[in-house]
Amino acid sequence: MSKNLNVALIGNPNTGKSSVFNQLTGLNQKTGNYPGITVEKRQGVCRLPRGVKARILDLPGTYSLNASSLDENVVVELLLNKNDKDFPDVAVVISDVENLKRNMLLFTQIKDLSIPTILVINMSDRMNRKGISIDAEKMEELLQAKVVLVSARKNEGINTLKQHIAAYKNISTAPCVSIAEIDQDYFSSLERTFPNQSLYKLWLVITQDVNFARIERQKMEAHDANHMRSGSFLKRLQQKETIKRYQYINNVLKACYDKDSAKATDLRGRLDRILTHKVWGFVIFFLVLLTIFQALYDWSSVPMDFIDTSFAQLSDWAKMNLPNWLAPSLMAEGVIPGLGGIVIFVPQIALLFLFIAILEETGYMSRVVFITDRVMRRFGLSGKSVVPLISGTACAIPAIMATRNIENWKERLITILVTPFTTCSARLPVYLILISLVIPNERIIGANLQGLVLMFFYLLGFAMALLAAFVLHKTLPNKQTSHFVVEMPNYRIPLLKNVVITIVEKTKSFVLEAGKIILAISILLWVMASNGPGATFKNAPEIVAAQAAVTEANFEQKLSAYKLEHSYLGYIGKGIEPIIRPLGYDWKIGIAIVSSFAAREVFVGTLATIYNVGDSEEETIKNRMSAETYPDGTPVFNLASGLSLMVFYAFAMQCMSTLAIVRKETNSWQWPAIQLVVMTVIAYLGALVTFQYFSS
Amino acid sequence: MDLTLADLKIGDVATIESFDVEKLPMKLIEMGCLPGNTVNLLQVAPSKDPLYLNISGSFLAIRRETALQIIVQK
Repeated sequence: MSKNLNVALIGNPNTGKSSVFNQLTGLNQKTGNYPGITVEKRQGVCRLPRGVKARILDLPGTYSLNASSLDENVVVELLLNKNDKDFPDVAVVISDVENLKRNMLLFTQIKDLSIPTILVINMSDRMNRKGISIDAEKMEELLQAKVVLVSARKNEGINTLKQHIAAYKNISTAPCVSIAEIDQDYFSSLERTFPNQSLYKLWLVITQDVNFARIERQKMEAHDANHMRSGSFLKRLQQKETIKRYQYINNVLKACYDKDSAKATDLRGRLDRILTHKVWGFVIFFLVLLTIFQALYDWSSVPMDFIDTSFAQLSDWAKMNLPNWLAPSLMAEGVIPGLGGIVIFVPQIALLFLFIAILEETGYMSRVVFITDRVMRRFGLSGKSVVPLISGTACAIPAIMATRNIENWKERLITILVTPFTTCSARLPVYLILISLVIPNERIIGANLQGLVLMFFYLLGFAMALLAAFVLHKTLPNKQTSHFVVEMPNYRIPLLKNVVITIVEKTKSFVLEAGKIILAISILLWVMASNGPGATFKNAPEIVAAQAAVTEANFEQKLSAYKLEHSYLGYIGKGIEPIIRPLGYDWKIGIAIVSSFAAREVFVGTLATIYNVGDSEEETIKNRMSAETYPDGTPVFNLASGLSLMVFYAFAMQCMSTLAIVRKETNSWQWPAIQLVVMTVIAYLGALVTFQYFSS
Repeated sequence: MDLTLADLKIGDVATIESFDVEKLPMKLIEMGCLPGNTVNLLQVAPSKDPLYLNISGSFLAIRRETALQIIVQK
């Protein structure tokens, strides 16, 4: 059996690297994280001629081996460390035919590491339209490497690429540029101190701030610290290196690349004049957002209702038909509703990913980043924060995942921390029922008052997110100075295969990651709600049966209400009553708040159970809620307590899945803990002020 | 006063003359921001920040603070 081949796909962002990866591996891929960091690791398997299997590693997009972001660090770290299990036998550098010159900078760096390298010139189908012609044979000769013209879109050239990968042993590993030429004195002294080592590799170890290089650097320093120079000396050399590489590239391209500009069409220029216009750019962006919101609510309601009813039916079925050893009531009241609580978000999340994938694939997202950057920066955010903040209105989880392309760690962290303030879809049912309960259905200057209040809470969420960002911006130290350089890619029609794979992979990872936690919490809640201390809980049926006003018909309802009151969950609700009393809530609302810590939308369902309404049809819960009074006869839900509750839900961090994803993305428990505490405190104070103001 | 990239008007084409290496990100230099290369200002966002450029064939946006560091000649 032949050994499996390690292949690394490397390339600038926006070169269609993922498309090539998808064409090589199909759905035969898996996404994970690099250990300890949150950069996505995509791997897949590709069958080569003669039965050889290749493990394809899709490395994050990088502009050069001079790393400036988490993504780029991964690439440098891997390519420096020959002992890494993923170290490539052959590197495939993907370039875009229209940006060949710049893309080849990375190619020359990889090749100088003496790794067999194949240059893929992607999007070759655009050559005619852009008036470009390339003499690939001549280019192979000059570069001493394999060059393949590929169109991932049309699936052309992929087989040739596979053949070259299989025959990687024939590829020359001669370097492109002799690094020593940029400073003879410095490099010849380096060579004398560390003979028989690749000078370019030593150079990367000296200049790159990644773990592997740091360790190697210490070893070098122990031997001879002479070569560790000041940052500005090194950076000057790096600039010389870049000039040297471009000279080399220009010489190669002069001999084998030709562009007849007269034939080129200027779609970019025409679209950019509108899409990045000072006024029209914002108008169009607003219209795009409006369309997405409409679609997110309109298109997802049918599948969401369907999922909701299906799980309810499945629950009923499980209660009746499951054998005892499967614990039917745990299944029906804990596991199945818990799973339903995850699956119900799949339509919205999939749709959201669809829109984000389309916006990104077309190149429009970079234009949004461009026009909004200035405004967002006032709040310590970046133009790149717009996407997560908008996505947050559907669900904070995919939104937080969408922060990964923000290079500056501080801007990214602030975005992650404030995104949960935006009004996500789980808050909607809570708002809807409370608004219909405490806000009169009247018209003010032609507008529906209830609608206005709902809109106010959406705006409140955004305002709070920006305010929190501003405060964090002023308090967090800026550890890393990173400059804002955003490539503005060409406009392209999205590739269906890429969009589909993105949706499938992202949705799958949401369901699996968040699913585990939601499931665990819902089981825990069920256990606490269906068990209680002492005889009052154990003898519940007898106690309830002995009560007056209990009939055959309402026995089950009375029993479950009694059980809940005397369950562990009930005692928790009673226990926190003194704390939430100033906000205008009773112990039953307390239980709903505690149980909706796992997920906000649990609120309505919990109240339905507590107010012993058999079926959870909204009107009935609503009626029951409005009839709920304190012993002295005053209603529990009035304008003050209703608004106070809404403010609480607007600000409180009541979503286990979000905390879990924040933990994953920041790789520490510190940030989700701070988020939980601070947001809860803000929610408490906000609700307190609201209640006291409106009840006085 | 030297003319910087931030002083250009939309549509202007200029040649990059010099900059302080330490004040520019390596990424920008590698994308072709090198002395002698041409730069074309394509578009600016409100308050002329960020700027959308074509530097030697690379289309990119940089913030005004970065553009101020790059001395150009029309």
